[in-house]
Amino acid sequence: MRASLFITCYNDTLYPETGRAVVRLLERLGVDVDFHPQQTCCGQMHANTGFRSEAFSQAKRFVRLYQEAETVVIPSSSCVAMMRDQYPGLFEELGNEELRRQYAALLPRVFELSEFLIDRLGVEDVGASFPHRVTYHASCHGVRALHLGERPYRLLAKVRGLALAPLANVDRCCGFGGTFSVKNAEVSSAMLAVKLQDVIATGAEYCTALDNSCLMHLGGAMHRQYAGMKTIHLAEILASTEDAPAEATL
Amino acid sequence: MSQTASSHAELDPCKALPFPMAVLPVLRNPQLRKNVAHAIDVIQAKRGKLVAEKTDWQELRAAASAIRAHALENLGAYLEQFEERCTVAGGTVHWAADADEARRIILDLLRQEKASEVIKIKTMTSAEIQLNPFLEANGVSAFETDLAEIILQLGEQEPSHIVVPALHVNRSQVREIFARRMGLKNLSDDPKELTNAARTYLRQKFLSIPTAISGANFLIAETGSVAVVESEGNGRMCLTLPRTMITLAGIEKVLPRFQDLEVMLQLLARSATGERMNPYTSLWTGVTAGDGPQSFHVVLLDNGRSSILAKPRQRQTLKCIRCAACMNACPVYRQTGGHAYGSVYPGPIGAILTPQLMRMKYARSLPYASSLCGACYEVCPVKINIPEVLLELRAQVVNQERREGDRLFDPMYMGLRIANLLFSRAWLFHAAQRLGRIGLGLFTRKDGWIHSLPSIGAKWTQTRDLRGLPDESFHEWWAKRPQPDEEAL
Repeated sequence: MRASLFITCYNDTLYPETGRAVVRLLERLGVDVDFHPQQTCCGQMHANTGFRSEAFSQAKRFVRLYQEAETVVIPSSSCVAMMRDQYPGLFEELGNEELRRQYAALLPRVFELSEFLIDRLGVEDVGASFPHRVTYHASCHGVRALHLGERPYRLLAKVRGLALAPLANVDRCCGFGGTFSVKNAEVSSAMLAVKLQDVIATGAEYCTALDNSCLMHLGGAMHRQYAGMKTIHLAEILASTEDAPAEATL
Repeated sequence: MSQTASSHAELDPCKALPFPMAVLPVLRNPQLRKNVAHAIDVIQAKRGKLVAEKTDWQELRAAASAIRAHALENLGAYLEQFEERCTVAGGTVHWAADADEARRIILDLLRQEKASEVIKIKTMTSAEIQLNPFLEANGVSAFETDLAEIILQLGEQEPSHIVVPALHVNRSQVREIFARRMGLKNLSDDPKELTNAARTYLRQKFLSIPTAISGANFLIAETGSVAVVESEGNGRMCLTLPRTMITLAGIEKVLPRFQDLEVMLQLLARSATGERMNPYTSLWTGVTAGDGPQSFHVVLLDNGRSSILAKPRQRQTLKCIRCAACMNACPVYRQTGGHAYGSVYPGPIGAILTPQLMRMKYARSLPYASSLCGACYEVCPVKINIPEVLLELRAQVVNQERREGDRLFDPMYMGLRIANLLFSRAWLFHAAQRLGRIGLGLFTRKDGWIHSLPSIGAKWTQTRDLRGLPDESFHEWWAKRPQPDEEAL
């Protein structure tokens, strides 16, 4: 099995440890990981802010770069949601039939990380060890756009030593919302404050998710408030073993 | 009378502050936020229970969505059918292209009746056209008769929710308003006593004012009937006691067949108030000799709706049956309540409906008043993809602002233009990452975190830290890795 990693622009820039963890995890599971150095961004930030023509050029770029890939793995549910929900409309609006066809052929081979592990590889126990109390934040796009459902919980359940602390109001938005977090910074902060109360109440050491965007938001507030909790992408937990624990715990 | 003073004037989208500014006083008001969150949590819990017991909930949603879409695609024909059947049954149908025309039609009808007072029920559309201040200015006093609307009218407040308009007011605040405006000094905040006070106030209006204005939940094309659902029975009084009834309805309210109510009423009650059925469902067709109003008028209001209908991606907005499930589920609304939306239609549906009704001239900040979390779409009983419409409207706002050129040097516009350039070439993107590392390095403290940024970055750091950029990006790490083959380079 060959998987091409689309790391996403912000993971490449801000959270390379997530990408390293995906590579380590997938190689441990026998996947041949490939990385296209020309990749940049899926276009979500532009599309969600109303800059549609810019989003189109990035969507086009993604399809062109990956049309030959056996599978594409993306450790970000919101970027996968962008592709599934918004690319068809963009290609249709711009009347580019060839791109629309290429995209339609590529789409079934594009996976969010937990989808790839469970649906494509058929594994739940990835041989991970993470002896910590963890709570899982179900990001909006993972829950309502990708319908990830139980997948992340099934993966977490098989991690050695991990104690999962249930999160109240688990499907309530953390208030990030991309440029929403700066365009409507005050409302975003109010939503964050409410979310953080639920997260802190779990008593977990780590809050995990499948989107570093939400975790950047939650983690930024945890750090500001000396909340005594850290964020960690699910890929890093799944990559973590007794011999090589996650970087975040070191 | 001062108590009928312009109760909705401040919800005029033409005058409202942009959403990010309008929210500020609300976010600093603990009482208001507590009232809103509490009320919403109660409704949400009831709704959740009653939706869960319907095993065919998704099929009902699909049916409702199809019925509404079909009605909109054939709106002209169904409206004409409604007019014909309603007229045959003794009603009179009036067509109003805009708010101004609707107000004039209603005032003319009231003048024919020589009415100086009018009672009102269940008509958000009348707030949309700002009917009360207009009537007031023309010598007609309008009295709201829905309990929540009475609280607002007497308290000179604005509605903040489309089903529970006084959701932001708690019991002790209601007591204060009633005690002051009804002259009941010894009134307690016992709900029974409060409703009794309202009842006494209302009965006198019902028995003395022979002219009424209502809204409509649905118009039935097949029979020419009007349907109004409500919880208190005040609507039933208001709809049956008067001599003359004027119903104001948006043109999108039409359903093709009587049996479509079977689907709609199940969804509406569960979605709106978390009930299996609305306590009062009033249905009437034209006039009936010796029973109910003997003069009946329907004013069909366009006011921007046909322009929404003309746009295929946005048309779904008009499927709305005003259940408010979207605002109850919305994490933004939960923090802000309704007033910040500057419109009688708040929450996610307001964020898409208001700017469209304003033909994108006003309320342009509303499409951005959402984190795009999708909770609204998930609960919508007629499956309006609100996030999709929000994105469509955002694209229109950006196109408008670009044409107008006033955002050329706006930091966010510049940032997004630059980002687009960077994303178009990997080497440029990588160079920018290296530059960013140096630039942000100036703001990064010894602990590796950024606590304060200038310009638009300050909007982030006002409540959140940001981890400094790592020394090595992922693609740099990958490039240094021993490669099994060279093809990736």
